[in-house]
Amino acid sequence: MNVSISINGERITREIEPRLLLVHFIRDTPGLTGTHWGCDTSNCGACVVLLDGAPVKSCTMLAAMAEGHEIRTVESLEVDGVLDPVQKGFHELHALQCGFCTPGMMMTARGLLDENPDPTEQEIRTAISGGICRCTGYKNIVAAIRWAAEHPNGVKEEVHA
Amino acid sequence: MTVVENLPSPQTERPIGFGRLKRKEDARFIRGKGTYLDDIRLPGMVHGAMLRSPFAHARIVSIDTSRALAHPNVAAVVTAKDLETLGLAWMPTISYDTQAVLAGDKVRFQGQEVAFVIATDEYSANDALSLIDVEYEPLPAVVNARKALDPDAPLIRDDKAGQRDNLASPLWEAGDQEATDRAFAEADTVVSRDIIYPRCHPAPLETCGMIADFNPETGQLDIYNGNQAPHAHRTVYAHVAGLAEHMIRIRCQDIGGGFGNKVPVYPGYVCAIAGSIVAGVPVKWVENRSENLMSTGFARDYVMHAEMCSKDGKITGLRVDVIADHGAFDSTAQPTKFPAGFFHIVCGSYDLQAAHVQVKAVYTNKAPGGVAYRCSFRITEAVYLVERMVDALALEMDVDPIDLRMRSFIKPEQFPYETTTGWTYDSGNYAETMRVAMEIAGYEDLRREQAEKRARGELMGIGVSFFTEGVGAGPRKHMDILGLAMNDGADLRIHPSGKAVVSISAQTQGQGHETTFAQIVAEELGIPPEDVEVRHGDTDRSPYGLGTYGSRSTPVSGGAVAIVSRKVRDKARLIAATMLEARPEDLAWEKGRWYVKGDPEKGVLIEEIAERAYNGEELPEGMEGGLDAQVIYDPPNLTYPYGAYIAVVDIDPDTAHVTVRRFIAVDDCGVRINPMIVDGQIHGGLAEGVGIALMEVITFDDEGNCLNSSFMDYLIPTALECPDFELGETVTPCPHHPLGAKGVGESPNVGSPPAIVNAVIDALHATHGVDHIDMPCTPARVWAAMQGRPAPPQ
Amino acid sequence: MQTPAAFDYERATSVDGVIASLQKTGAGARVIAGGHSLLPMMKLRLANPTHLIDINDLGELSFIREQDGEIRIGALTRHVDLLKSELLARTFPIFRDAETVIADPVVRNRGTIGGSLCQADAAEDLSAVCSAVKADVVIRGAAGERRVSMEEFHVGPYTTAVGDAELLTEVRIPVRPGAGSAHEKVERRAGDWAIAAASAAVWIEDGRIAEAGVALSAVGLTTIHLSRAEELLRGQAPSPELFAQAGEIASSDCSPTADGRGPVDYKRHLAGVLTTRALTRASERARSQGVGA
Repeated sequence: MNVSISINGERITREIEPRLLLVHFIRDTPGLTGTHWGCDTSNCGACVVLLDGAPVKSCTMLAAMAEGHEIRTVESLEVDGVLDPVQKGFHELHALQCGFCTPGMMMTARGLLDENPDPTEQEIRTAISGGICRCTGYKNIVAAIRWAAEHPNGVKEEVHA
Repeated sequence: MTVVENLPSPQTERPIGFGRLKRKEDARFIRGKGTYLDDIRLPGMVHGAMLRSPFAHARIVSIDTSRALAHPNVAAVVTAKDLETLGLAWMPTISYDTQAVLAGDKVRFQGQEVAFVIATDEYSANDALSLIDVEYEPLPAVVNARKALDPDAPLIRDDKAGQRDNLASPLWEAGDQEATDRAFAEADTVVSRDIIYPRCHPAPLETCGMIADFNPETGQLDIYNGNQAPHAHRTVYAHVAGLAEHMIRIRCQDIGGGFGNKVPVYPGYVCAIAGSIVAGVPVKWVENRSENLMSTGFARDYVMHAEMCSKDGKITGLRVDVIADHGAFDSTAQPTKFPAGFFHIVCGSYDLQAAHVQVKAVYTNKAPGGVAYRCSFRITEAVYLVERMVDALALEMDVDPIDLRMRSFIKPEQFPYETTTGWTYDSGNYAETMRVAMEIAGYEDLRREQAEKRARGELMGIGVSFFTEGVGAGPRKHMDILGLAMNDGADLRIHPSGKAVVSISAQTQGQGHETTFAQIVAEELGIPPEDVEVRHGDTDRSPYGLGTYGSRSTPVSGGAVAIVSRKVRDKARLIAATMLEARPEDLAWEKGRWYVKGDPEKGVLIEEIAERAYNGEELPEGMEGGLDAQVIYDPPNLTYPYGAYIAVVDIDPDTAHVTVRRFIAVDDCGVRINPMIVDGQIHGGLAEGVGIALMEVITFDDEGNCLNSSFMDYLIPTALECPDFELGETVTPCPHHPLGAKGVGESPNVGSPPAIVNAVIDALHATHGVDHIDMPCTPARVWAAMQGRPAPPQ
Repeated sequence: MQTPAAFDYERATSVDGVIASLQKTGAGARVIAGGHSLLPMMKLRLANPTHLIDINDLGELSFIREQDGEIRIGALTRHVDLLKSELLARTFPIFRDAETVIADPVVRNRGTIGGSLCQADAAEDLSAVCSAVKADVVIRGAAGERRVSMEEFHVGPYTTAVGDAELLTEVRIPVRPGAGSAHEKVERRAGDWAIAAASAAVWIEDGRIAEAGVALSAVGLTTIHLSRAEELLRGQAPSPELFAQAGEIASSDCSPTADGRGPVDYKRHLAGVLTTRALTRASERARSQGVGA
């Protein structure tokens, strides 16, 4: 079947099998391997993207189900060289180590802050409880999201290796 | 050991050298531009999928691949018969055993590899698995390590000539049995416990996988793989597959966590390589999460019996007996001379009179492995054992568990300290670290709060653990893996512009090496870290070494980088002397600059020296141009980081649900290159400890069915189960390490489970008489302990 | 990753269209809404429908409103909306209790009440919640609509009264004065299935329990409806002793099986403890009704 899905504001049209999962549709798109997967049972959150602004687990959606909706992936966070406060916060507060859970965590954070711009620590922990991180113990992720809440304006700064 | 300055460069506010520096590698990860294994697509690439055994123990009667081969998208189906013609049906393990790549005669654990499908795409490969018809004849299975050596236990390794039972590794001993018997005979108090460290799993968020790309025209085998020891793997593949080692290139790009899970060579890798050699196209194999949990290197599974004794208020003796469950094949990873890893560091942080340890390993019908998950080669098991026993002894002696530790600690003046089981601890001031932890925790206040709560029927526990571990394997005369000495190399090249490239053997899986190793060069040479490129993960572009696990990166590769930087600095001194028309001995160093002693205006920057090294101007007599150096570092000893941990738990008296309210961790890992990264490593390991103590476990039923083969059943803590960790530090430099650093990655996983379990028992002892509980402390198991009933079956 | 077997897919545009498709396709067809029960099962090849009917566009099935003395919830209402609903928080705070501990916030953005109820997993929280608040469900088929009590709805493990060519469309809860409700759950980790959970609702008039609803999750082959406990409670004044007795009935009337979450004796114990706690909180809320949860 033919599907046409809006990802990061761009319409992507492709012939797919109905069973193709959204996460695979995204990852098969050139330049969009930032959305990861880490389990078979919708537990780990590595695949989280925004669907009409709300975090969803893209491994538990068919690509076909995303037609007619707006998908945003991690690649959409930086705009014209300006990092999203979430990205900046993760870098400032050392909220990533291996980086594998990071896109899912950041998109979850982005969804949270868009709805609740001033979350408490408990609200942050609850919001990210659908994702697993093996590296950071979550402490710095929580601090990074708080930082992003406190610094809501994107900062055009060089973050390069 | 050279004392290293820690001064920021005058030109910039960012540290040039040690200090809290934000990570260079973040740039790609925060943009979703990491390159993990499954992100890599090569032209003409095909996909592999593995058919696995549903039975824990069964004879294979027949395998019919015809229906799978008839699938239009299937290119090949590989079975043991096919691998036999290539000599690849079995492969050697790190423990000098053999492991089936694909099962031929029998399957020996649920999830064992039986056939490998190669198809055009992942979905078709998965479909084809259900088109392979295997007829099995189930056999009785043994999944309990204690039963594995029963005379009527089914024989698992009937493939090994002369194997009559399920003993995987003969009895291994350390310490002095006679001296230990004497200590126990003279003791005032003796306690004993049966303690299990259950099977758990490192479960990194990225599963294991490989792309193998063999070019039949050139004979080059390109491998993309997330593994923790690329050079060692290359050597193994050369032996196993009979390939020329110099024609194998392994590239580990970004790895989504390792924790020891990505150390072994897995059958899927060998099948991908075999597939690519035969088909001449790239073959990608990526395991799913069930495969990861069911078949890859698990951790722990130690069944232990221990006794500990004290005299005059001080711990004097320890004896430990261990049955180690290695699964169906002995593939544990540890240095050759240490079949039980470093378990015999179990004498811990105490000035014991004597200790005796014996470990034997058995086969069971479970996945192979055992050494993984930040274990420091079994030190997690050892520290768990000794710290549980110290608390058991404190209970029996009716003394505060911290007081007993303080009285029994090795004292600062006793270092370097030789333990009764043959370790030489380098440096330590244990009491100081313990005091810092008590202060951060507010220990006295916590005890007061506990008493008040107890009076109201509320259950609160305070648990302590103190650990000394040994990391940084290791000296070549003692430590090799598969005959490969555990040394690491470092190559440093300074370009004419003063920019540097340092190539290292260590293999990051998130530890921040692109930043910390640049910081070492920065510290030694004064070149800003952003001008130092750290090269790693490519066997063609990095020096031979044994990779990253066992917290060895800083102790070994870090030592190598420090020494190679000093070699460059020494050469730079000679060039500087020529530039300044002075004698080398008249020059002094400040970070980034050689200058004339007594005339500090007269100096040259390292960048200027670099330019001189390459331009046509005069160089010292006999010196070659360029500013490069190369070393292989052979550490003189392990390093011995240590720490004091305190856990505070609350237990619901009716539901028995345990919450870790606070966790205080004071680590002493010597000099800290980047405190931000050190803290991050500790946070992560503590979260793993919360998981292991409360919820992570791999269990089996009597037929050998794995009951925790997905993230629905293998539970990993979320942000809601982890407290806001409170960290402290003490710094006791390592006297033999070039930087005084010790390494820290595994310490938090080593030290945290016993603190939490000790806290649970502390909450329940006075009111419910609980004096032991095995992990995980799930509500059901805690409740059973509170009722005095035996723990539910594992 | 594990991937599902192949199937045909259609996007429904009307409820009647769904029913017609179900009739036409027969046994191999499944309806998919949030998909967080069905898709994982399909990936593990435990469910292999040949035809999926995606009902996510049926916005007319997503609502929470008060109408004709009932709270009516459309079957396609997402967990997140049940959690946020102020109407529900005011009238039946048991929903907010349960939703706080159902799966995780990201899954709650997609999963629906209809999907949860029709999955009929005994450990599923909303089934017990709906049982406790005396909900009926509305099922539509080719023959029209029928209204079914939760007792009739729960046929067996993973089996409901919804027929092959029928669709669950609505949950209806009668609004009566004096209501208080609560849900108590113990899990090994956030987002996990319950080891045991208790849902309780009471309607208190003149200091006595005029009506009670008590149901348990995860301690039987299906949702346990504690009718004996309800009988005990009816007509009585709330008291700790009464609720402790109800807890004892809960312990004995459930039929848990031993598994990784716990052995039988612990689950029975939990059923009792949580029933007592849920009833206590429900009755406190009934007393302070209108002041908030």
